[in-house]
Amino acid sequence: MYVAVKGGERAIDNAHALLAEKRRGDTAIAELSIAQIREQLSLAVNRVMAEGSLYDPDLAALAIKQAQGDLIEAIFLIRAYRTTLPRFGASEPMDTGKMACTRRVSATFKDAPGGQVLGPTFDYTHRLLDFKLMAEGDVAEAETGTPRREPTPHITEFLNAEGLIQQEAPSDETPGDLTREPLELPAARPLRLQSLTRGDEGFILGMAYSTQRGYARNHAFVGELRIGSVPVEMDIPELGFSIEIGEIEVSECETVNQFKGSKSEPPQFTRGYGLIFGQSERKAISMALVDRALRWKELGEDDMGAPAQDEEFVLYHADNIQATGFLEHIKLPHYVDFQAELELVRKMRAEAQTGLQEAAE
Amino acid sequence: MAQAIKQTEEKLDRKEWMSLLAKAPADRLAELWAAADSAPEHVFLRAPEQGAVMVRGRTGATGAPFNLGEMTVTRCTARLSDGTVGHGYVQGRDKTKAVTAALIDALMQTDQAHVIHDAILMPLRENAEAAAQAKAAKAAATKVEFFTLVRGED
Repeated sequence: MYVAVKGGERAIDNAHALLAEKRRGDTAIAELSIAQIREQLSLAVNRVMAEGSLYDPDLAALAIKQAQGDLIEAIFLIRAYRTTLPRFGASEPMDTGKMACTRRVSATFKDAPGGQVLGPTFDYTHRLLDFKLMAEGDVAEAETGTPRREPTPHITEFLNAEGLIQQEAPSDETPGDLTREPLELPAARPLRLQSLTRGDEGFILGMAYSTQRGYARNHAFVGELRIGSVPVEMDIPELGFSIEIGEIEVSECETVNQFKGSKSEPPQFTRGYGLIFGQSERKAISMALVDRALRWKELGEDDMGAPAQDEEFVLYHADNIQATGFLEHIKLPHYVDFQAELELVRKMRAEAQTGLQEAAE
Repeated sequence: MAQAIKQTEEKLDRKEWMSLLAKAPADRLAELWAAADSAPEHVFLRAPEQGAVMVRGRTGATGAPFNLGEMTVTRCTARLSDGTVGHGYVQGRDKTKAVTAALIDALMQTDQAHVIHDAILMPLRENAEAAAQAKAAKAAATKVEFFTLVRGED
């Protein structure tokens, strides 16, 4: 039997109006502007850009406002919006060696050229609530030093020079794009990295943490963590040469992991890699650890049966929009499905009771 | 005067000026463009159009390319009445900025090039350099200067 159910329309309209009112909150309090969100909640904006897979701080700030600060909802809005944009092409692979670093630290080399530049970091803060921020106040201008003019070299280059670290095979192969073709397994490393960089920060963090706690243990050093802006260059077909079409801020992490060597490779260090839109170092480090764990096959390591080594488990559950879509759909009407279940359970109960009575007689 | 001579000596090439326009803050570009008051008559060969470009990185910074995510870009192509064609490709979704970039690109190919160069491109470049410099100087102040504590005798 099919029963058409109508009558939700008015309720839905009113729910939207109520949502809008709730979003605005107390009208006696000044309304947030997009610029305020962009400037003062920049790390939330960065997360929405990274997981929404679209670098546009104003749009991410708008999405955060519309989503009332629910970042996964904001990421959903950005993902939906980006599908409406025509794609003009792909950039040249960015040269992160050209990064104008605002932060750059290495846990492996104290005296690396370019030095340890702390930048705007939460590290070394005491994590005590600062009640001064409850009052409005001017912020003192940050100190200045002698700016570095030349680009900051990547730390792994020093290990490369000694042959102590596995080299990245140079390639200009066009990478697969999981926003255009469904993700198929086994996935090549470029596809895995695309999946990780847009994956849920909490999920990637949890996976990375599991490798540190002993699931596919792979002791990682942060060879280098850098944050800064990098120009994006694209070939313009009508010009026949490439131009810089913009500049974006990214966080990059290279981990250095011990490797005992295999039949074909001498003992050396191996690498994990993380690259994320915006200032997002927790995610960059997490990505590098998970990248390294997923490389066990190509490095000839053992399958320890750890979740972080299982690319199907990691890549198919990293996307918070896929996950939330499937998870949240179960709250929508399943009246007919459930009625069938109800009938079934009633019937089984009746049968079970008849069976009991028969046995008793 | 010394300033003017210096400016004309180091002329930007087309790749440089298009890159500069792509990255310029929209409000600053609009301000300089209005002040220069040299908007030419034109028709659009491609009306301003918002879109996205897939940004790529490399595995381990130097290996195989991978798709990092998209960025918003707006483009426009304009033709001046003398037939000169200019292209604008700019970061973000600002259509006015893309049109201005395309017109400047066109004017830079005409005899007005030196005027536009000095009135718009040079100030934009100075602003960009100053901003980068200020950012780098603040980062530099957070650089750790290690020193060793001498312990024990001798």
